[in-house]
Amino acid sequence: MKFELTYHKHDVVVVGAGIAGLYAALKTSAKVDTAVLSKVYPTRSHSGAAQGGCAASLGNMMEDHWEWHMYDTVRGSDFLGDQDAQELLVREAVPVMYEMEHLGVPFDRTEQGRIAQRPFGGHFGNFGKSPMMRSCYAADRTGHAQLHCLYEQCVKNEVRFYNEFYALTLIIKDGVCQGVVAWDVNGGGLHVFHAKAVHLATGGYGRCWKITSNSMANTGDGLSLVMRQGLPLEDMEFVQFHPTGVWKHGMLISEAARGEGGYLINDKGERFMENYAKAKMELAPRDVVSRAEQTEINEGRGIKGQDCVHIDLRHLGKEKIITRLPQVRELALKFVGLDMIDSPIPIQPTAHYSMGGIPVNLDTQVLRDTGKTAVPGLYASGECACVSVHGANRLGTNSTLECAVYGRIGGIKMLDYVCKHPGHDDLPEDAAEMAREEIEHLLSTAGTKSGVRPVELRDRMQETMSENVAVFRQAEDLKKQVGICQDLRQEYKKVAIDDGGIKANTDLIEAIELGHMLDYAYMIAQCALERPECRGAHWRTDHPGRNDKKWLKHTLAWLHGDEIRIEYKPVVITRFQPEERKY
Amino acid sequence: MMERIFRIFRFNPETDKEPYYDTFTIEVQDTWTILDGLNAIKWHHDGTLSYRRSCRHGICGSCAMMINGKNDLACEKQISSVKGEITVEPLKGFPVTRDLMVDQTHFFEGLRLVKPWLINHTAPPTDKERLQTPEDRKLLDGTWECILCGACTSSCPAFWDNDSFLGPAALLKAYRYICDTRDEGLDERIGILDSKVGVWRCHTIFNCVEACPKDLNPTNAIVQLRRRLIQEKL
Repeated sequence: MKFELTYHKHDVVVVGAGIAGLYAALKTSAKVDTAVLSKVYPTRSHSGAAQGGCAASLGNMMEDHWEWHMYDTVRGSDFLGDQDAQELLVREAVPVMYEMEHLGVPFDRTEQGRIAQRPFGGHFGNFGKSPMMRSCYAADRTGHAQLHCLYEQCVKNEVRFYNEFYALTLIIKDGVCQGVVAWDVNGGGLHVFHAKAVHLATGGYGRCWKITSNSMANTGDGLSLVMRQGLPLEDMEFVQFHPTGVWKHGMLISEAARGEGGYLINDKGERFMENYAKAKMELAPRDVVSRAEQTEINEGRGIKGQDCVHIDLRHLGKEKIITRLPQVRELALKFVGLDMIDSPIPIQPTAHYSMGGIPVNLDTQVLRDTGKTAVPGLYASGECACVSVHGANRLGTNSTLECAVYGRIGGIKMLDYVCKHPGHDDLPEDAAEMAREEIEHLLSTAGTKSGVRPVELRDRMQETMSENVAVFRQAEDLKKQVGICQDLRQEYKKVAIDDGGIKANTDLIEAIELGHMLDYAYMIAQCALERPECRGAHWRTDHPGRNDKKWLKHTLAWLHGDEIRIEYKPVVITRFQPEERKY
Repeated sequence: MMERIFRIFRFNPETDKEPYYDTFTIEVQDTWTILDGLNAIKWHHDGTLSYRRSCRHGICGSCAMMINGKNDLACEKQISSVKGEITVEPLKGFPVTRDLMVDQTHFFEGLRLVKPWLINHTAPPTDKERLQTPEDRKLLDGTWECILCGACTSSCPAFWDNDSFLGPAALLKAYRYICDTRDEGLDERIGILDSKVGVWRCHTIFNCVEACPKDLNPTNAIVQLRRRLIQEKL
């Protein structure tokens, strides 16, 4: 099979066109030649699915301070977040929110014309003591509003978009990132992007679970690109299960539904959060609520004994549901056939957000070790990165915030870097070799019929990850899952696809994505096995309690062939010492 | 589980001279959407079937296609809501890339022409937001929710006639900014909106309203834009 090899040269190449990638591109494109590669059209990125809002201590509804936001974020992270990164996040939140308003984001407004804010789980006033309205929102389509606005601003800045280009490998020579190799999904053909700086903003990676809120594109491609260069990933065991996934489907009923006052109800008609977080009830952080739900289900109090509980909004009234939660209502109508105005909705925990990812410093530069050594020219931000602001558990409305704040910082820092590097370094001669081998191999399997269908491996991965690496974890299951992942990675070598075509070959892309998912699923299982404690979203039933003495540290994991090597690095603690986490 | 028949438009420009239809009979669950059906076909029967999809809940806009003659999002359309054989075809009016995938380059280019960004000649306040009353903000409702799936533009006879027509999605986007009280860009956009490819080419036959999976009303936006243009001329 023949396909073309095309070379491009840009100052900056951003991979991924969600809020983080577009914010980075917006900043660099003001001065230097910037390209964005995205496997989907930019407005199809998963940031657009973010519903409830974006946190900032604007204080538009009530007194608020960045220190309070920081305390909530630190405590929410179960003290595993790096406090220097968390402080930067919450301080920058305020100017960034204003900047997004200036760019045109259609936030809802207060009577005074200010950006409206609403309550959200885990956000409080006065160091965890009083209720707080901190989430800036545009109905329940906040991510959509931000994503479209940033895309349009990038169009205005004449960012060069390569839409439906799928990044395959990084080009790293003598330890310096020189670019990225991508496959043109529609036209076919390899493209070498020669760049002074590459920014990975490839998003989340919840697709290795069966029940997940994540879009089908969230296959962790950026993680594999990094891992396969012998670089580490950080805190992969920490994955948040969101308490309000639509039963059996997994897509999200926004936390705004609880923020606006929704109740969680078990089969006996009880608001069961009373038994788990008496003070904060439904507004406790997501890890706490998901465990409460799973316990109700495991102990037989799921609705009709099934693996779901109810979210009940009926007492909010029609008007509030229609104006504040229109999308959530539409979702329940379309997927469950029930109207929240007069019916509770069945929900279950759903794999939602990955706190871990590509380790980066405060400038979003990718790190190569447990110290401070960065890979020159390589940056990452958003959900694929781990800076680490969310630690062991993320608070609602802090994710789009992280994308905006650190995507923006990444753009500014890359601009500095690029301006100091007037020329492009020489590319290695075999820049596209690894990518070419992967494509040629998979295309050569087309129609051989003797191989394994990708769906068989993907189904097994998703089902077993949901069984063994979910809300509650224990060594026995995790060991089993490590073995399953090892087997699946071996079987992946025998995968055969149907489609041997060059153009618009989505069979090929799905097979490559599967390889990426198997890489990081293996890491998640192994890292979860190696941390015997309960912290945030990582809950080991065989090792109760948080163990700060031994485990107040970040996991760094390297993939060497079929083996995983683990090292640790300390958590940055500045303002808030670890304390018991109670809600 | 029950059996359903999918009749799917197929065309691979690399190998096919003409488009044709393939028929698949598959077992479906009663909670499945059209997208679930397409996935089952692709994963278990024919990996060469090509279509776009991502979010699975009607916000990303990837999977707009024609289902039994009507534009819809495959991820939101329940199989149980479709009677008999299910015919799935690509969006009309766009060149077919392959099977159910269409080339939307031109569609996004049209969007760029209306300058879809906030135009404001006064510097924003430092360390504060611009103020906007809730009533003024409400004017934007029904415009900014557009997911750019292309269902409306693809259903528009004026666009079929002449694909240089900006079409309902781009005009809705223009209106989203023009009716934003923070925006001062009418002058900059008037040239394209008042041109041969602008608002006057719409025949107000409301196909776009019917096609929109998000229940938006691009025709209303076009009529409002016409009103603004006439006011400007007077």
